[in-house]
Amino acid sequence: MTSIIPVESLKTKPFRVDPSEAPTEDIREVLFELEEAGEIIVQRVPEPYVEVMTKYGRTKKIPLGQTWHHKSCGQCGHIPGYSTSIFWLTRKLGYDYIDPKDQTSCTAWNYYASATSNVAAQGGVAMRNFAAAYETGYFPLIHCGTSYGHYKEVRHEIVHHDDVRATVRDIMSKLGKPLVMPEEIVHYSEWVHAVRDQIAQHQVRDFSDIVACVHPACHYYKLIQEDAIYDPDIYGGQRTATVSGLILALGAEVADYSTFFDCCGFGFRHILVSRDFSRSFATMRKIEVMKEEANPDVVITHDTGCVTTLDKSQFAPQAHGRNVGVPVMSDAQFAALAMGAHPYRVCQLHWHSTDYRPLLEKMGIDWEAAWIEFEKDLKRLEANEIEYLTWEDVDG
Amino acid sequence: MSRAAPTTTFARRPGATLAPNAYDDVPYEEKLALWEEVKADPRFPDYLYGCYECGICVAACPSARFYDFSPRKIAQAAAREDVELIFEQMNDDVWNCSQCFSCDRCPRQNSPGGLITILREVAVRHGLASSQEALEGYGRVVYKIMTTGTQVSPDMLQPDAFPDWGPDVKEVSDQLDLWRRALPPETLHTTSTGWEVSEKTLLELYLIWHYSDVMDMIEEVDEGLHMIIMDVMEETLEEAGYEI
Ligand code: SF4
Ligand code: SF4
Repeated sequence: MTSIIPVESLKTKPFRVDPSEAPTEDIREVLFELEEAGEIIVQRVPEPYVEVMTKYGRTKKIPLGQTWHHKSCGQCGHIPGYSTSIFWLTRKLGYDYIDPKDQTSCTAWNYYASATSNVAAQGGVAMRNFAAAYETGYFPLIHCGTSYGHYKEVRHEIVHHDDVRATVRDIMSKLGKPLVMPEEIVHYSEWVHAVRDQIAQHQVRDFSDIVACVHPACHYYKLIQEDAIYDPDIYGGQRTATVSGLILALGAEVADYSTFFDCCGFGFRHILVSRDFSRSFATMRKIEVMKEEANPDVVITHDTGCVTTLDKSQFAPQAHGRNVGVPVMSDAQFAALAMGAHPYRVCQLHWHSTDYRPLLEKMGIDWEAAWIEFEKDLKRLEANEIEYLTWEDVDG
Repeated sequence: MSRAAPTTTFARRPGATLAPNAYDDVPYEEKLALWEEVKADPRFPDYLYGCYECGICVAACPSARFYDFSPRKIAQAAAREDVELIFEQMNDDVWNCSQCFSCDRCPRQNSPGGLITILREVAVRHGLASSQEALEGYGRVVYKIMTTGTQVSPDMLQPDAFPDWGPDVKEVSDQLDLWRRALPPETLHTTSTGWEVSEKTLLELYLIWHYSDVMDMIEEVDEGLHMIIMDVMEETLEEAGYEI
């Protein structure tokens, strides 16, 4: 790991983080008190789970299986290889899951973009989804960084404001549902982090020549920051370990750059109606800085908007001769490729824009042959020989 | 100015704001009422604890780099209860924010981004002209999320909507039906929604909109949009035996 901040020297100092000195309460304790008082049901993390450390040294449980996949609009809609790779990893590692139809978006993208909603509605949407998961006995695993961040905010409001809790409970009772909160709010990238050694055990492609820059998602580690995973062995515990931990486990290099903490420029409303801002920020504060300081083969991130903004924003700046041209993908796609996933059937890289082919070549993947295989699938679909590409087709 | 400022309000320095006196035609009482609504939001006490004017939030803020915009000014105006300036910000500033919450690293534990969420919400609830302008062209997104339960659908990827994303958008759009069928997860074969949402789920979503007064907010900013969404919702709910 090369570094701009003195991460190496930080690592030589004993890392000390004492959860009893955490600047914020442990909201799980308050949740259990509310449960005790009959105010709310707390859905427990199913076993087996992995315990990880969060920012202030507390322990968080990450469920391995029996997960209810709370999908992301942007991933499913525009970068579907992202969601497909999460499911593929879960299947390959042999864990049980549900991909529900009884799920709506968290609607937070719209909320942060347009403010055409309110606390009660946002609480209602979140708690309806949580109740739907609870009814199945499976535990919510949240694909989107914004859903994850927003649900933590909703949790705070429901736990700390009796009137908000009463309003949302009333809405839930009109839907015939109980008020249920999961014991932990878990992002899929935390699951990826928790199983990274298993992923590495199944690795079939050599990533030792790959240099990656990490873009951590703002709504993952800035919004209610104490839930994010930190690890004394990664950046000396000074930055979130999620994503970087996976890349290191796969034997690739994590290259540092000075605007690591900057957002991607997504902006919620900007990416839809004011993209000059998103494009400028993604280019000038992220991609160009990475190129100049680290020259990575790939940018790995763990949220919907970050993949979209960093990838799509690189097209137009080429006309201005800007220093762009780094492929962007999620940790789930990167992990799937390491485990031998098909770049098109599973990772669906044809939905991405910035040229990823040189990266695939460096990974030892014959992308031309893979595309021919995928085109054969498309021909079969076109001829209605098959209705859909199935998991069996993918693994065949 | 004929009206007197309340005792909690500091006098605004001349030239301290972008467009001084731009909203003098709006009565002070109206501005104060909006501010009182912001303060009454249950989240407000968690988002503002005072401000050191240290500017850490500005250094972290993406929007501050590309717009004449400052989360420090937002926190300052709120901490000083500068009703005039807050009204100006509610109109001229808040829509520049990226809602990334990088400013949550504030050493005072403020959340300027969170304050902005509330300021925007109050602006929308009262149909301020600036919020109507800010949401122009955004109606189709609100329609999509409220009526289908998923926000961005594959069929939104149209080349005329995303010309700056390059020629790949046209290819995706041309191949959409086929490429969606080439996705192994069974819920992803849709083109007009991100994934397949069940009828029952949609019904429950409509009931949430109905019971949480969101539709009143939509009506304030876009009557036409409100009418279209209500039509869709009413039809579905009535078919299921609800009357709204
Ligand atoms: S970081 Fe906090 S204390 Fe510092 S200027 Fe911003 S709001 Fe004020
Ligand atoms: S949430 Fe808004 S004010 Fe805060 S850092 Fe992000 S863009 Fe700036």
